Amino acid sequence: MAIIETRGLGFTYGVGTPFEKKGVDQVSISVEEGEFLGLIGHTGSGKSTLVQLLNGLLKPTEGEILLSGKNIWAEPKKIRDVRFRVGMVFQYPEYQLFEETVLKDIMFGPKNMGLSEAEAKECAYQAAHFTGLREDLLEKSPFELSGGEKRRAAIAGVIAMDPDVLILDEPTAGLDPRGRDVLLSQITQYHKTRGNTVLLVSHSMEDIGRTADRLLVMDHGKARLLAPTREVFSQGAALGDMGLRVPQITQIMQELARLGLPADPATLTVEEALRQLIPIFLGKEETSCSRT
Amino acid sequence: MLSDVTLGQYFPAPSFMHAADPRLKLVLTVFAIVLLFSAGNFAALAVAVAFVAGGILLSKIPFKLYLKALKPIVILIVFTSVLNIFYGPGEPLVRFGIFRITRAGLLNSVFVAVRIVLLILASSVLTFTTSPTQLTDAIERLLKPLAKLHVPVHEFAMMMTIALRFVPTLLEETDKIMSAQKARGADMESGGIVQRVRALTPILIPLFVSAFRRAFDLATAMESRCYHGGDGRTKMKVLHFGGGDWLLTGAAVTVLAVFIALNLLVPGTL
Repeated sequence: MAIIETRGLGFTYGVGTPFEKKGVDQVSISVEEGEFLGLIGHTGSGKSTLVQLLNGLLKPTEGEILLSGKNIWAEPKKIRDVRFRVGMVFQYPEYQLFEETVLKDIMFGPKNMGLSEAEAKECAYQAAHFTGLREDLLEKSPFELSGGEKRRAAIAGVIAMDPDVLILDEPTAGLDPRGRDVLLSQITQYHKTRGNTVLLVSHSMEDIGRTADRLLVMDHGKARLLAPTREVFSQGAALGDMGLRVPQITQIMQELARLGLPADPATLTVEEALRQLIPIFLGKEETSCSRT
Repeated sequence: MLSDVTLGQYFPAPSFMHAADPRLKLVLTVFAIVLLFSAGNFAALAVAVAFVAGGILLSKIPFKLYLKALKPIVILIVFTSVLNIFYGPGEPLVRFGIFRITRAGLLNSVFVAVRIVLLILASSVLTFTTSPTQLTDAIERLLKPLAKLHVPVHEFAMMMTIALRFVPTLLEETDKIMSAQKARGADMESGGIVQRVRALTPILIPLFVSAFRRAFDLATAMESRCYHGGDGRTKMKVLHFGGGDWLLTGAAVTVLAVFIALNLLVPGTL
């Protein structure tokens, strides 16, 4: 069942000024319940605008958004409930931290939902656990944490609201390679455990290839493609035209397949690639030698 | 949204007013305001109105935007002109209770309203057609004589440039932080005054933190490029007083002549 559906969704910035600009144009998509959807597109393709429309931070200038079949702007007064159900983690979310302690900051969302102090604390501890935030950090001031820890605290602040849909806008931007890997596996782990819908916006095709079930490709404010990840990444040329590319490992495997090796051109991760390549190079080395 | 405020914003367009020398535009804006406030009768006021209207027409910016700039001060205009109605000397036209409306009071209130509206419009012509950098450049150039008196003119101009430069950045930042907190259910639109002030904490604290961060970054960036103040510094874009500017000056002088004549010849309304 579709949890989010958009119909002819459009958003124009600065209506009535010389700076008028279409951010999102005629987007009709549906996001299935429980799926892990990746959202890719070059800078300025409308990704961030689209996700802000989805959780009611921007009001569409055209079309509508259905959350579990109900138009989210049917009752504008209840838009906060939509924001609790569709949790949004912005780019560089660490800049939103403000409370005296990390714990209080994570509790900000749950308390706004009207939960009691004890319930909010419980949610905060769980969220901190999901994002791998050590418990001794929770009593510190958020401004004492390291960059990576701040990021985790900010993400925990959204996860603590237990949203049905979790949107993450470039959650790994600016993290070191190890931090990236750990954060991504925590997000996938969270997705598996809670079984809710996750929407990941990223510029890293590697991150997307590792995590997403399906991909939505945005270009100039329009939704160009919405298909399973492997299917999207098999269209390297079309992605290239939109300023995108396929993951590096997929490029290598596609090239090997072109050379006649039994490599799957739809390989997405290094692990998958190794599983195919090791037998080839250990077993039939002559195949590659005879070619060179 | 915050970005809806047009007062003081720059709108690039290929127009005569945009091309004019910012120094001249600054002087002419002050000139227009002086005209507005020294007009003693409606004929002279009309000349000032025509002068500002000319500037608006030459700016090629939709009039709708000028109206938007007026929006925030509508209440002020209404308030002052209504107040003025009751404070005119002379024979009352209408009288109820302690209130009395006179002919002079009515005329005065119209006069005041026109003045405030035109004051905003005239300064809008300046800010709509002049980028903040041009404007501070013009101020620096016009205040340069003060440097002889050891007034740090360049430093003031630089501070103004930086402040103006960061207005849109910080507005954008505020917008972002507000969105992020709204996404966590921050409620800024309801509740009493205390609640609303409290609701600002989640926005102000991150905003201050990031403003300081930006200030430190900028200071480092300026220092690493050996910035040391105004001495011996040349300009990349040197202000140029061109043919169009002489035309504009001529128009202003003509307006001034007509204005003085009308102000002296036509009997005052006030």
